[in-house]
Amino acid sequence: MPSLIILVPLLGLIILNMPIGNFMRRGAFWFAIALFSAQVLLAVFHHSLAWTGKLPPVDALFKVGFTIDHLTFIMFICIGLVSFSSLLVARHAMGDEGELFKFINLLIIASVGMSGIVMVKDIFSLYIFLEITSIASFILIAFRKDVYGLEGAFKYLVLSAVATILMLTSIALFILVSGDTSFSTIGASLQSGNRVIVMLAIGIFICGLFIKGGVVPFHGWLPDAYMSAPAPVSILLAGIITKAAGIYTLIRITSAVFGFIEPVKAILMLAGTVSILFGAFAALGQNDFKRMLAYSSISQIGYIVLGAGTGTALGIAGAVFHLFNHSVFKSLLFVNASAVEKELKTNDMNRMGGLSYRMPITSATSMVGFLSTCGIPPLSGFWSKLLILIALWQTGHFAYATIAVLASVLTLAYFLMMQRKVFFGKLALGLENVKERGAGIMFVSIALAFITIGAGIFFPVIYNNFLLPIKEILVK
Amino acid sequence: MNLNIFLLVIMTLAALWTVMARSLLKATMGLAITSAILTILIFRMASPLAAVFELSVCTGLITVVFVSTISMTKPLTHKEIIEASKDRLKRFWYLPVIMILAAIGLCFLKIPGDIKPALSTGTMDVRNVLWNLRQLDMFGQVIIIIAGALGVAILFKERKDEP
Repeated sequence: MPSLIILVPLLGLIILNMPIGNFMRRGAFWFAIALFSAQVLLAVFHHSLAWTGKLPPVDALFKVGFTIDHLTFIMFICIGLVSFSSLLVARHAMGDEGELFKFINLLIIASVGMSGIVMVKDIFSLYIFLEITSIASFILIAFRKDVYGLEGAFKYLVLSAVATILMLTSIALFILVSGDTSFSTIGASLQSGNRVIVMLAIGIFICGLFIKGGVVPFHGWLPDAYMSAPAPVSILLAGIITKAAGIYTLIRITSAVFGFIEPVKAILMLAGTVSILFGAFAALGQNDFKRMLAYSSISQIGYIVLGAGTGTALGIAGAVFHLFNHSVFKSLLFVNASAVEKELKTNDMNRMGGLSYRMPITSATSMVGFLSTCGIPPLSGFWSKLLILIALWQTGHFAYATIAVLASVLTLAYFLMMQRKVFFGKLALGLENVKERGAGIMFVSIALAFITIGAGIFFPVIYNNFLLPIKEILVK
Repeated sequence: MNLNIFLLVIMTLAALWTVMARSLLKATMGLAITSAILTILIFRMASPLAAVFELSVCTGLITVVFVSTISMTKPLTHKEIIEASKDRLKRFWYLPVIMILAAIGLCFLKIPGDIKPALSTGTMDVRNVLWNLRQLDMFGQVIIIIAGALGVAILFKERKDEP
């Protein structure tokens, strides 16, 4: 049955591209809306028959098993939500029907790639789906064909190629040691394999994933790509692509293949902490709205990696919840950034000010996103950071916990500075005619803000139904 | 010196020439030579089918596609090529240094040279592997081809009103 998650979008894509009239183009938007909505609903109501039911002809097609657990469900929700938001913003941002149709095609391919990443349990299949996601991302970043987009796409392409080489080398070493590519076989053989080769392969693979996830010191491509991409693509990149391709894969591979051994935990916690600090300090010095959000992303990704690095059920639950929260509130902030950019034709925060008078909904929802990023209760970001901190404290990493708390203060500092420069104060000259963007964008902002607030208020429900069962990945 | 190591050194030099060449056409030829040497290496490692794929697709088809594309582009002037090369050398001087340092580092790891692969080679038919064991990967390759075709259509197709 999980095969349908890959088969249905691809079949739809092929039908939509058949030369049988323009109505197919018009139907593409609604097909994508239905697709992403179904993905979110199926993942939220994951006890339904859809996941346990058998469809023999479909199941027999791939002859491989898929990993369907609570971590997969959370990733499905993130993929569906962010793709949905990106699609609605694209409809508003792209006036041309043809452009929107091309964007939807690529969005569906990226979504299939990410769904594949979160379901496979074979390291080579994982690599294939990572490549699908990356190729769709290159094209999406360069979509406008302007010089900035092409430069951002080229940087991502080059660094992604480096990541690919590292991961393929590592896969070759794993095959050398284990003779197979399935997670379980590799995991079992690593215990008895040549230790030097095993550690080398693990180290190389983690470096590749750090590049894909934008973790310091492999973050060079991230600010340029986020900044230069069209608004719907920035949402997609910041909201989910880096997380599915880099961070999710890191958590899954570490738990299913490498195991949370001490050297891996040490690397993850160190890289996570450096990312938190570097991202926060770099964000403080930015004047560009989207670039500041990009550096903030690096910092928040650091929290996820730090939480995962504890290697405990609580730490991983915190990391996964922060991944979900970051998908939601960073998408929200990029939606709002794109609304501001469209209205003001600039991202320079020095030319903004007092926008809360002219764009009250954008301002209010941004505030929700900022506060959640900083970890202010009762918003969802508070709970995920709290889980990570408790996990750090329980495992005796007091220094990392202290740095994580202090970095949250830094986060608060740069976001308050941003809010003051962009939304508060006197209305800047020349912004008298600025107004809220269309209903579509406002709907996305409000919906994402409500999810941020709701996930905080109903945290116990989420914890019991989604986060607590994640410990099963450690048992495996 | 082992022949494989000799071929690897030649292949690395060809790859370096590929990325350092000032002319796109020379870079393409460098890539073709790199790929041809890789073909010999794969063949020597008892994978004749993989070698044939490498030879036909990477050495042959891709070179033809690159040369065709280059023939349709406007070449840079000699001055522009020199300027671009200077800038590139300044910006990426550290990459070979990192590579050499990594190689020295690997020497200290004392990786045993006599490891036998856990996989028993030659026991499985490649058709069986591709069409029965790795359908999901083949399916993924189809999606990659669709994505590539879309990329070409989106990035390289000019609108009617564009010059």
